[in-house]
Amino acid sequence: MLNGLHKQLLNNYQQDFPLSPTPYKDIAESLGVTEEDVLFAFQQLNDQQFISRIGAVISPNKMGCSALMAMAAPTEQLQQVASLINTYPQVNHNYERENYFNLWFVLIAEDAEDLQTLISELKLRTGLETLYLPLLANYFINLGFELDFDD
Amino acid sequence: MIDDLDRQLLAIFQKGLPIVSRPYAEIGEPLNLSEDEVINRLSKLKQQGLITRLGVIVNHRKLGYQSNAMVVFNVPDSLVDQIGEHVSQFKFVNLCYQRPRRGERWPYNLYCMIHGKNRDKVLQQLECLIASCGLIKFEREILFSRQCFKQRGALYNLDSKQKVLIHG
Repeated sequence: MLNGLHKQLLNNYQQDFPLSPTPYKDIAESLGVTEEDVLFAFQQLNDQQFISRIGAVISPNKMGCSALMAMAAPTEQLQQVASLINTYPQVNHNYERENYFNLWFVLIAEDAEDLQTLISELKLRTGLETLYLPLLANYFINLGFELDFDD
Repeated sequence: MIDDLDRQLLAIFQKGLPIVSRPYAEIGEPLNLSEDEVINRLSKLKQQGLITRLGVIVNHRKLGYQSNAMVVFNVPDSLVDQIGEHVSQFKFVNLCYQRPRRGERWPYNLYCMIHGKNRDKVLQQLECLIASCGLIKFEREILFSRQCFKQRGALYNLDSKQKVLIHG
């Protein structure tokens, strides 16, 4: 289970992870523990998949061209359509949601033209009613995900 | 602004910073970049705003946040920016976007995502959001997630050799 150090590492280092030669040592110093403690705790978080990775979140549309897509799939076809969609490496965050439009996923293509080609292909292959929902404005400043360990 | 080496470096970095004493030296090795160069390049990408956040990317499902709802509203165009900025201030809101309306069947232009430990908690937070942001009069739908078919893995194909993981 999660100990105090795990919780601090999870909540306090989602942004501004140290960009220094010895980031784990720097974190250890600010928390009053050893570098080995921090390395061990991160390894545990990683092994148990409490974290996906230590890495970067990249601004939408700064690399490649992305859009949210929705499809209305008849219940009996949903699994099959979802599997088909998943075969494309440009797809991520593919979810079933409670709605007439029940399949929601994000496409990231190399550029706008590739994106449109991909969308046409998906429409053709599934024959389903599809919504293409590109980003018009992003209001959210990503500061990470605040975890509440109280309950 | 961003060169091939930056892209290659990001592709390696997005596999996850190694959990070792000198991780930036390690990710630079395959590219013959020194530790300093790696740090300078990542710092520059952050300053330029290409990297919006650098750090621990948590797996919220695994951490007990099992429920997530995408909530969509039909808000007048003249108010959408103001409301969007207000909505994104709430700490339980994880994303907030404006997207185009798509006819009568899909008249929504404002999207936000709420993660919570369970459905009731998410609904409670949504109620708070609706009251605080004056959203009660606008048409809306709440789309809870059911199955997750793919959680990550979108890779931006750079030159068919290097791929960069874009989303968490």
